[in-house]
Amino acid sequence: MKAAVLVFPGSNCDRDLAEGFRSIGADVSMVWHKDTVLPEGTDIVGVPGGFSFGDYLRCGAIAAQSPITRALVAHAKRGGFVLGICNGFQVLTETGLLPGALMRNAGLKFVCRTVDLRVETDDSAFTHGYGKGAEIRLPVAHHDGNYVADPDALSRLTGEDRIALRYTEAVNGSVDNIAGVLSENRRVLGLMPHPERAIDAAQGNTDGKAMFTSLTGAMALA
Amino acid sequence: MKARVHVMLKDGVLDPQGEAVRHALGTLGFDGVNGVRQGKVIELDLDASDKAGAEAQVDAMCQKLLANTVIERYDVEILT
Repeated sequence: MKAAVLVFPGSNCDRDLAEGFRSIGADVSMVWHKDTVLPEGTDIVGVPGGFSFGDYLRCGAIAAQSPITRALVAHAKRGGFVLGICNGFQVLTETGLLPGALMRNAGLKFVCRTVDLRVETDDSAFTHGYGKGAEIRLPVAHHDGNYVADPDALSRLTGEDRIALRYTEAVNGSVDNIAGVLSENRRVLGLMPHPERAIDAAQGNTDGKAMFTSLTGAMALA
Repeated sequence: MKARVHVMLKDGVLDPQGEAVRHALGTLGFDGVNGVRQGKVIELDLDASDKAGAEAQVDAMCQKLLANTVIERYDVEILT
């Protein structure tokens, strides 16, 4: 399995995400934002957390116009897998690959703690290893994780079982407590929590591990 | 030619920052502030010499980058 992790100026979870992919035996390439193509045969692209371009204009807005992001969009449109975490989720909504947008947290504070979540669907390459309804805990660290989508987009997400994760406690004001959503073809996942920060016992929590191990099975079938 | 773009959250999108400002104004004793919405002003210095061309160009910029039309609306003002 070949994974590519995009690196923007200001990305700071890129190496953690690469470790996540390596933990399942993936061959990982780090790809600089000025590159225009992904490595040949890339199965999954990781868009990492951080503060790409200093969050100028809007979180993820400048990264969404980077040269490599055009290759990312083409990869997703071909049916490739994409995992966007935190700032990566913001980038994916800015490109239009995922619906909605992420606004300033309702409490206006940067939230940095481990939160309770529920896996809402097991029908995806990222979540099938958890099982529907699984209750997990993952770290969050964001200032702009307040998910908004218009009522039409929201009813589509719900109707098509595309809400991957919900917070089970108040975290940032997200509509319907949404923490992560899937694309129409279920191969693009964006989420605010950080599974890559919870894959090793040394990190004190391994609830993020199943997101990566789920991928191995799905890639073998893809 | 200069242009000014006003970007505001769409009506109906809750503005947490505007709400915090409204709250702070109340704390300072400014009564009767029923709502505060916070937006952005972006000023552009353009090569374009005709107004219609500049307007179309800036509109395209707003669609592509300057505003996120999922949550924001914008107005373009061309200043000569």
